[in-house]
Amino acid sequence: MAGILVCIEQRNGEIRKASLQALSEAKRLAGGDLPVAAVLIGEGVTASAAGLGANGASKVFVADDANLKLYSAEGYAEAVVKAAEAFGPSAVFFSGTAMGRDLAPRVAAKLGVGALADVVALSREGETFVARRPVYSGKAFTTVDSAGTSPQVISLRPNVFELEEGGGAAEVVALDGLALSIRAVVTEFLAAEGGEIDVAEADVIVAGGRGIKGPENLGLIRDLADALGGAVGASRAIVDAGWIGHSNQVGQTGKVVSPSLYIACGISGAIQHLAGMSSSKVIVAINKDPDAPIFKVADYGIVGDLFEVIPPMIEAIKAL
Amino acid sequence: MNCIVCVTSVPDTASVIKIGDDGKHIDETGIKWIVSPYDEYALEEALKLTEANGGEVTVVTYGPARSEAALRDCLARGAHKAIHVLGGEATLGDSFTIAKALAAAIKDQEYDLVLVGVQGVGTDNAQVGPMLAEMLNLPHVSGITSLDIDGGNLTAGREVEGGKEVVSSPLPALLTCHKGLNEPRYAALKGIMAAKRKPVDKIEVGTLGIDESAGGTYSIRSLELPPEKGAGTILQGEDDPAGAAKEVVQLLRAEAKAI
Ligand SMILES: Cc1cc2nc3c(=O)[nH]c(=O)nc-3n(C[C@H](O)[C@H](O)[C@H](O)COP(=O)(O)OP(=O)(O)OC[C@H]3O[C@@H](n4cnc5c(N)ncnc54)[C@H](O)[C@@H]3O)c2cc1C
Ligand SMILES: Cc1cc2nc3c(=O)[nH]c(=O)nc-3n(C[C@H](O)[C@H](O)[C@H](O)COP(=O)(O)OP(=O)(O)OC[C@H]3O[C@@H](n4cnc5c(N)ncnc54)[C@H](O)[C@@H]3O)c2cc1C
Repeated sequence: MAGILVCIEQRNGEIRKASLQALSEAKRLAGGDLPVAAVLIGEGVTASAAGLGANGASKVFVADDANLKLYSAEGYAEAVVKAAEAFGPSAVFFSGTAMGRDLAPRVAAKLGVGALADVVALSREGETFVARRPVYSGKAFTTVDSAGTSPQVISLRPNVFELEEGGGAAEVVALDGLALSIRAVVTEFLAAEGGEIDVAEADVIVAGGRGIKGPENLGLIRDLADALGGAVGASRAIVDAGWIGHSNQVGQTGKVVSPSLYIACGISGAIQHLAGMSSSKVIVAINKDPDAPIFKVADYGIVGDLFEVIPPMIEAIKAL
Repeated sequence: MNCIVCVTSVPDTASVIKIGDDGKHIDETGIKWIVSPYDEYALEEALKLTEANGGEVTVVTYGPARSEAALRDCLARGAHKAIHVLGGEATLGDSFTIAKALAAAIKDQEYDLVLVGVQGVGTDNAQVGPMLAEMLNLPHVSGITSLDIDGGNLTAGREVEGGKEVVSSPLPALLTCHKGLNEPRYAALKGIMAAKRKPVDKIEVGTLGIDESAGGTYSIRSLELPPEKGAGTILQGEDDPAGAAKEVVQLLRAEAKAI
């Protein structure tokens, strides 16, 4: 029986949670009958490889090379393909992070197969993987497969699949003889200022829209986010107005997020905004218009003036 | 500097999605077709580059007869010529087959850059770009929000979790374009008139060695609307905002267990 190969992402040696979620899902789908392996790429990463056994990998292929210190689609794709050739899997999983979404299609094309992106649920029929994925920005869901192609390349949306632990150490296999002809290289990583939490990774997001009236009131949104240890999100209206950077935008032309808690403040709930956040686990809306469409997707709503509602909310949270 | 821009035509982003009779595709009645919004950033960047450096912009689409409207729209905005690969009835969402058709149509063109949208809205795959780059043996950078070209090299910025990557690459290269890169222009009346006289090269996809009936790499089993969400708990906070605020915090803690 072929197995599942999971591509593990790390930054500065730290393995990303989203990859461990993908690995855990691979292990669940594999059950007792399919082997699960991982491929870990970077510089100085060999030491972390065996530990991936804890999340379900029985074998870990490692490409440890100075030329792989920073991500490059070409170099990393070569390493994943090499691991796939060695392992002969029926499926290759990626986490649907910025890196995974970039790398998976390049790997698929190198292997001469298609790929399924941004998958939110998976099942297995023999060696065929059946995926559910949002389309039309979450206005619909489709069930698809790429049966008949081997391997099946699949990227899993972060924060949707549960992380599980409880295995032993994995066998580590070094990938040698990589040519690594890399043309496009990352020359610099500019970290977001002030250690701000990225909306794409946050567990809690407090988002502001045009209802906050002006950039001077963003502090209120930030205070609520800080009280919850969360990130600040934004509607496109206030990004286009220049009140906040594009990296904070949630929606169809911004980031698609699924945090545990999403609080929309002064956001009407346009279809393109809902596209980015409707899969959040719990949604709270604060809006003075009782007919605002955001209330249709809200688990909890407060009809009222955000300037009067948010300050006592912050107080109540701090008092918890 | 010659640029190839791949554009696809998709349902307007404000469309109400209804499931069609086959249970696998949308009901296309009343759908307005537009150039996929991200492809507009790709086109705009190509137009700016050729305006500054000379050269031509060729737009390419793979789609049925109605997709010609997307090409005419791009020609009206300033693209010089267009290639229409006719077909695409069976390849909705099949990024691999789409990339293969585009690669076959592009490979003999002269270009310094291939620009595409980061994702086609609707199918939302974000895969055609990197696949096409691999097939054309080009380096690629995806989701770019900034671009500088200096001689035979480019520097592009792309947003990733927690920051921005700065990527450098030699030309020729493929770029997938994200919002933030530029502000797309609209077509002016003069451009719309001029577009009518610009050439559109039509190619049947079969002549590129693609057999659409062979069964692709993306087989759709079903399409469904998201499950209806039960009505939420809505608190009236006009008269007693502080009371409603406290209540929602309590509910988030005790009922939703979200904080
Ligand atoms: C192709 C395309 C892509 C798009 N992509 C995105 C995207 O990615 N993300 C996105 O967000 N939008 C996107 N949009 C824009 C979208 O259609 C809306 O225009 C936008 O989301 C509106 O932002 P908003 O809710 O902040 O503003 P508005 O719609 O103006 O809503 C402001 C809300 O604030 C409320 N309000 C006002 N004052 C108060 C107060 N004191 N207290 C409480 N509530 C108050 C009002 O009742 C209103 O509901 C896109 C549009 C297009 C055409
Ligand atoms: C409801 C609906 C009906 C459609 N009907 C047809 C149809 O009948 N025939 C048809 O051919 N297409 C049709 N399209 C468009 C076509 O299906 C899309 O091109 C395809 O689904 C995009 O695939 P993707 O998600 O893999 O692209 P992505 O990987 O998300 O696209 C990334 C980028 O690749 C480029 N690209 C993608 N597809 C094409 C293409 N076909 N031509 C040129 N550049 C492209 C664009 O620059 C795009 O921004 C339809 C789309 C929708 C949503």
